[in-house]
Amino acid sequence: MFGSFLRSSTSVLRTATTAPTRTVLGRLPISSHYRFLSTEARAQIDKAVKSTPLVLFMKGTPDQPQCGFSRAVVNILDVYQVPPEKIKTYDVLVDAELRSGIKEYSEWPTIPQVYVNGEFVGGCDIVLGMHQSGELETLLETSNIIPTVPEPDAPATPQPAS
Amino acid sequence: MPVDIAELESTIRSAFSVTHLEIEDQSSGCGENYLVLIVSEDFKGKTTLARHRLVNEALKIHIAEMHAFSQKSYTPEQYDALCAKST
Repeated sequence: MFGSFLRSSTSVLRTATTAPTRTVLGRLPISSHYRFLSTEARAQIDKAVKSTPLVLFMKGTPDQPQCGFSRAVVNILDVYQVPPEKIKTYDVLVDAELRSGIKEYSEWPTIPQVYVNGEFVGGCDIVLGMHQSGELETLLETSNIIPTVPEPDAPATPQPAS
Repeated sequence: MPVDIAELESTIRSAFSVTHLEIEDQSSGCGENYLVLIVSEDFKGKTTLARHRLVNEALKIHIAEMHAFSQKSYTPEQYDALCAKST
């Protein structure tokens, strides 16, 4: 059942080769929050989430995002020039099963979703906020996703304990 | 399915002790795309992710009926600091 998503849309930022998926704003019927996520489905998603250090579930592909929020996250991640082998993106529009399953997996109601080393980081709002505060760069560095850049004049501002 | 702004507000107010609340319909009226700004003591000591999860949980039924939902959640101190900075 997850065949389609595991085979396709494993494109990486900048070098996406997947043909754009044509959808009308991706307005499929909204899945119920209470749907049961089978052990098998969970295992499949678990595998996808941990497939690379950085994983993005989005609508569309990095070259052809089908939603403004997904495009925003792609653009933010672009800034950090994540090596292609460290990132994988999944297009939820080509797999309805994945689209509803990932929301249950993370207990998060919206797409896009970003995972670092198998752990859910957040959606567009959170990733944008972390980008602005410098937290995202720190996270990507400490997770060995991007090399640490010494910044003598602008040290990363520590976040207030919140 | 459109979501009523008043309904959204009452749900938020009943779930959190809100000191400041802004709800913006960004869908030009169709009720499917909202941005909410919530300032509440309830967010104290919680990470952004934890705060968003609280809000998502409280608004679960409404969010499921929208096309897009965006949120900002601050403690009163953070919000005051933010306002001070932008003036």
